[in-house]
Order: sequence, then C-alpha cells, then structure tokens
Amino acid sequence: MTGPILLTLALASVTTLILMALSLPLAWWLATTRSRIKPVIEAVTALPLILPPTVLGFYLLLLMAPASPLGGFWLEVTGTTLAFSFTGLVVASVIYSLPFAVQPLQAAFERVGPDMMEAAASLRARPLDAFLTVALPLSARGALTAAVLSFAHTVGEFGVILMVGGNIEGRTRTISIAVWEHVESLEYAQAHALSAGLLVFAFVTLFAVYALGRGRKLHVR
Amino acid sequence: MLRAALLALLFAVSARAGADEALIAVAANFARTAETLAEAYEAESGHMITISPGSTGQLYARIVQGAPYDAFLSADTERPAMLVEAGQAVAGSRFTYALGRLALWSADPDRIGPDGAAALSGDFRFLAIANPRTAPYGAAAMETLEALGLTDAVQDRLVTGGDVGSAYAFIASGNAELGFIALSQLPDGQGSAWIVPEHLHTPLAQDAVLLTRGADNPAATGFLAYLQTDAARAVIEAAGYAAGARE
Amino acid sequence: MSADLVLDLTHRRGDFTLSVEVSRPAMGVTGIFGPSGAGKTTLLRLIAGFDRPDRGRIVFDGEDWTGLPPSRRPVGTVFQAPRLFPHLSVRGNLDYAVKRAAAGGPGFADVVEALDLAPLLDRRTHTLSGGEAQRVALGRALMTAPRLLLLDEPLAALDAERKAAILPYLGSALKRFAIPALYVSHSIDEMVRLADRIMVLRDGRVAAFGPAAAVIEGLDPAPGEGFEAGVIVEAAVADRPNAYGLSRLDLAGQALTVPGLDGVSEGAVVRLRIRARDVAIATQRPEGLSIRNVIEVRLLERRDRGVHADLLLDAGGPHLRARITRESADALSLVEGQTVFALIKTVSLEGLV
Repeated sequence: MTGPILLTLALASVTTLILMALSLPLAWWLATTRSRIKPVIEAVTALPLILPPTVLGFYLLLLMAPASPLGGFWLEVTGTTLAFSFTGLVVASVIYSLPFAVQPLQAAFERVGPDMMEAAASLRARPLDAFLTVALPLSARGALTAAVLSFAHTVGEFGVILMVGGNIEGRTRTISIAVWEHVESLEYAQAHALSAGLLVFAFVTLFAVYALGRGRKLHVR
Repeated sequence: MLRAALLALLFAVSARAGADEALIAVAANFARTAETLAEAYEAESGHMITISPGSTGQLYARIVQGAPYDAFLSADTERPAMLVEAGQAVAGSRFTYALGRLALWSADPDRIGPDGAAALSGDFRFLAIANPRTAPYGAAAMETLEALGLTDAVQDRLVTGGDVGSAYAFIASGNAELGFIALSQLPDGQGSAWIVPEHLHTPLAQDAVLLTRGADNPAATGFLAYLQTDAARAVIEAAGYAAGARE
Repeated sequence: MSADLVLDLTHRRGDFTLSVEVSRPAMGVTGIFGPSGAGKTTLLRLIAGFDRPDRGRIVFDGEDWTGLPPSRRPVGTVFQAPRLFPHLSVRGNLDYAVKRAAAGGPGFADVVEALDLAPLLDRRTHTLSGGEAQRVALGRALMTAPRLLLLDEPLAALDAERKAAILPYLGSALKRFAIPALYVSHSIDEMVRLADRIMVLRDGRVAAFGPAAAVIEGLDPAPGEGFEAGVIVEAAVADRPNAYGLSRLDLAGQALTVPGLDGVSEGAVVRLRIRARDVAIATQRPEGLSIRNVIEVRLLERRDRGVHADLLLDAGGPHLRARITRESADALSLVEGQTVFALIKTVSLEGLV
C-alpha cells in the first residue's frame, strides 16, 4: 500500500518543481504583456481546466506513441517510451496541472502592478533584478498557492494517468489508480483506507491555501 | 404558435403510448453489438432501448448504488449472480447471452504469425491487457499467459488499462506493441492477430440479468428474450462471440 | 553641477500630442507647471524612460538617453504616490537604492540627516504617514546618486498641513545636494517656494520657459489655469520684528511691512508672493489708510481685459502686478509711463532664498 503513496508523492513533487520553473516566466509574461496573442496563450494554458482528462489522456497517448514525432524523438534519444513510464506521467501531469500553477501566479503578478516595477527601475534595478527582488517577494503568497495547488491537483489526478500510465506497480500506479482498482475489485476496506487518507490530505491542503489567503496582507501604497 | 407546438407535443406523446423504454447497462466489450441488437429490437417491438456502456465492475458498483438500470449485460457470471443473491436482480432471469473470445492483436501486420505464443515470446516493450482484477478479459489473458508458461517472462512488461477498451487504445496508438483484446473488438484487416484457443482460459461466459427495477418493464423483459432468438444469436456470433447455450 | 539637457520629443497618446523642444543647462530646480492634462507627467515619464517617445531624443550632458531602459538612466524619480516597497522596512527601501547606486552620490547618513529619516528607519512602510512616506521616497531617490532628479507632483496627495510640514525638507534637500531637478506641479505655491526656473506646459507645448519670477509675472490668468496672476519678489530683511510682531523689509529702497520672520537675521533675503488682486492703485500717496504697504511705482503696461485692467508696475527693479476694474483705471486715467502708488493689502511670505 505504501508503493502507490510514495510514487504519488514523488510524482507530485517533481511535477510541482517543473511547473513552478515553467510557470514563473509564463505567468509573468501573461501578467505584463500587451501582446495580441496573450488571449491565445491564456486559453491554451486554461484548456486542461475544461477538457475531460480522457481527451487529454487520449491525445497524450497518441503524442507519446513511438510512431509520432514526439514519441519517436523521445525513443531515439532515451531508448524508452514516454507512455507507461514515470517520465510520461510527469509530462502528462505538468500539462494537466498547468493552469493551477499559472493562474494564481498571474493574478499575483497582476496585483503587483506596473507602479512597483517602475519604482524598482527608477532605483536602477534591471528587469530580472526587479522581478526577483520586488515582483516575486510581493507575489510570495500567490507562488505558494500555485505550488500547493499544483501538488494537490497532481495527487488527485486519475483519468490522464489511467490513460497513459498503464498501471504498472512501482512505476505508474498512483494512489488514485490504486483506489479505483480496489473499488472495481470490490475491496472496499483497502479503498476506504486510501480514500480517507486522500480526503484528509485534500482538506488539509485546501485549508492551508485558504488560511494563507487570510493572512497578513502587504500594504501597497 | 404556442398552441401548435403544444398540439404537436401531445401527438408525439400519444404516438408513443404503448411503447416502453428500458435502460440497459452493458459491458464495454459488448456495447457495439448491443447497439445493433437494440436497433433491430426497437424496429420489431416499438419499444425504446438505451444502452449505457461501462466496465463490468463500474456498472455493478452503480447498480448496487441504485442506478436506474432495467437490465444488466455483464462481461462475467459472478456479478449477475451476486445481484440475484442480493435481491437486486430477478431470480431465474439470469442466462448466458454470449461467450467471449480472446484475441492477441498488434497494430504491426508482421508481429503476430499463426503461432501466437511465438509472438508473446518475442521482442517487445509492452504487452497490454485489461486489468485482470477488474475485467474478465484481463483475467482470461492472465490465464492464457499462465497456460503458455509465459507469465514470468512478460510480467514486467504488462501494462493494464481499465478495461479491454483501454488495452485496445494502448495497442492501436502503438504505445504497446501487442496485447489481448476481445475478439469482438478486432478491427478488420488491420495489423496482425491470433485468436486465442478456447482451451487456454476458462470460458468468458457473459451473463445477462433482469434487474428488480425492470421486472415489470416490457421493454426490458422483451429485450432479454430477444437476445435468445436465432436472429440475435446470428448477430452475436458475427460479432466475434460464441452464442450462449439456449435455455 | 550643470549639464545640458536637450529634449526634442514628440509623443502622441490618443488625441493628445506632447511636442517639446528645449535645450537648456539643467541646474537648480526647474518647475514644470501647467494645468491637468498639459503633458507634465508624460514629459517626466519620457525622461525617466517609462514611456518611449514616438519620435525624438533625450540627451543629458552629451549622453544620449533615448534608447536606454529606465534602469540605466542616472535619474532619480519621486512619484505622486511614494511607491515604497511594502515587503521592506524603511531602511530596506533605502538600502535597495544604495545597493544599486552609482558612485559619487550623497551618502546614506547625509540623506538621512537632511530629511530627518533616522526615527523612521526601522518602521514598516504601511505605518508611515503620507508625508513621512514621501520623505522616505525622496531619500530613496537621492540615494541612487542621480544626476537628474524627477519629481512628479510629490506633494499632490498630501493635505495642506502635511504639505507645509514636508516643504521645508524638500527645499533644503534640493539645495543641499544640488542635483538638478525637474519638479512637476500644478500648484503655484510649490513653484514659488521651490523653482528657480519654470517651464509652462499648455496642451502639450512649452508656453513659457525662464526664470521663475519672470515666468510667474508673465503668466496670464487664463480661465481654468488654476492659479492667480501675481509676482514673486525678493526683499532683504531690514528690521527684526517690532512690538507688534511686524518686520520691515527693504524692497529696492522702499519699506515693506510683513508679519512674523522670527529668528531671521537682518540682511537675509526672503521671497515674497504678491497677488495682482491684492494690489490697489492710487495716483497720490494716500493718507489715513489702514494699508501700510504703499510703494511708489511706474506703470509699465496697462492691458484691458473685459471688466478688468491688468497693470504691470516697476518698483525700481522688482515688478508688481495689479488687477483693478477697467472703470477704476479709466476714472484714474491711468496711462503707461505714469508714476502711481501701489497699495499692497497682503504679502505672503514664501520663505528664505
């Protein structure tokens, strides 16, 4: 029973790290750009919110196939397939949880506003310097929310993982898959144990996010 | 305008008087065949049949939770029996409507020759099967591997989807080089296949049962009776099943 | 410190076009004055680099700034709102500037002393009053060692009391660190207090540019301009406050009496503002009058505008303005070149020079 739990935690941690690295620049760009393609990128980023996991899983399965350009390239470079592998799950989770990282960050960056960034520039801070020393500290709460939600959403992911994971013990069998299998096999006791644990985890996570939201606010003037 | 619409509605409703509707839970592997059968039955009887496909385990769980199904076409024999025992299905209504056949399939036309066991001993990354713990076709696939003495050799390369449908998707997309699916799913002339001899696994008897909710529904009882007619048996056999024993 | 500032800019935003072409040595405080929407803030943002002009260039002391990002322009900016970083203390905000400062600017200790920031250093920014926060913002801008200081209506958000409290700091700091400054405001009072020279912007164009006294004296009280015609004059303190609390000033040889001036030594020069509407005219030196300030002047110019006549008067060097009714002007048969007496009802003291 600990196998799926450890695997899920590892998957959620790696996914969260990659998501934060990707989302910080993307969310900053979305928050500050006046480009006309911004709505396009926003829509693409938000797609996983609306698409059924099975649709996403289906397309990922096609993309990861050795015959597709991406899957073929991956196979050539690494000698393994993306489907049915931990790496494949990470790729799928990053795509699936992207809006949960980008949207809180973008909202936080938008709240920082151009005024503070102009003030930083007037004090000789170059753009990257200003981003790291002003925008990021002022968005700390949003960044934390983004990380927590990315982690939690990955833990709770089922449909996509079922589609591209192949349910391999120790490699792609996550908690949600294990719960599903127990339920389907009428093993309700095991299903309850895992499900209750997940329920408590989900509550604690959301409680943390909302508690953060109620904390001390920074006064911007 | 409104009056005309109301009149039209009234006619539509009265025209359907005497016709009953039934909602039938159908194991995924039989869904396509069930649709064909339902259409023929509707034309013959005037009743309305709605097919609700899903994995046998999933459908069973829903029925136990009180989902509004009138009859259940399972992919196994155990769950219909359990429903009868629990009083959620009508005693004596259970019968085998089809015997499933297993096929080993690959999207690659050259992978599987006349000897399926050779293909299973060959070089591949992944072998896809339905989940043996939740799907009868998965369990039959495991029995077949056991009978061929290949279980240990392929254990690490097994990938399982929820049902035979996912196994099919794994193979069709090329992510798994080969796998076990239902013979009824086998696409015409695509890739290569080996029809698994029946003696390699316990028969995949698929039982149907009338659920308590549909006990007095003529559409449901009529459809179950229709499944045992010669016309229906011909359709079932054409779809890649052996027809069940006649009652 | 003096360097040429060349501005040759055209910037269009919607219906509004800013078009400025000036080349002057930047020294002291240059007030940029004009009604709302005249383009004052836009001009400052172009110089700071926050906006890019549609056309033109900005050259300071021979360096072309036009293509430089804001962070690479040796400019210190004080905005209308203090824009202090809320995640840093007052000291943190100042250190932020110090860490990134160019060499050779005013030191941390000097700025802290000049603006009396020591008691504020360990405070969180949200506990500061508006005036305190703006003082910190000014200090932070000074600590970047700017070669040009841009102040965009830094007092506009403060009430009169806070404004009065911060003005002395602002004036003395600008003088002490002698960094050329552009000071945007639509308050004539602030201009009078702080500006050495004034650029008047109207509808995106430079309407006047010159020494503060001359520009203010020449300002037409056009409708909606938000200020009153008048003059700025300088006068030396001749006598300390008497028993009535009044001090005597010497205005080009004539005596002027003003209240207050405690603690100001004799000989010090003060800056006075005299509004045109506070000046009445007599053709003979009046007797038995409550008004004590009577200055003999020559009428340089009479300009009739509707019901009013605007008069420009020469008090032996310093100029005065008077606004009386045209009826009065005709009754007194005032003509240019005539010697008359200016009766000054109120003198407002604007500070030491």
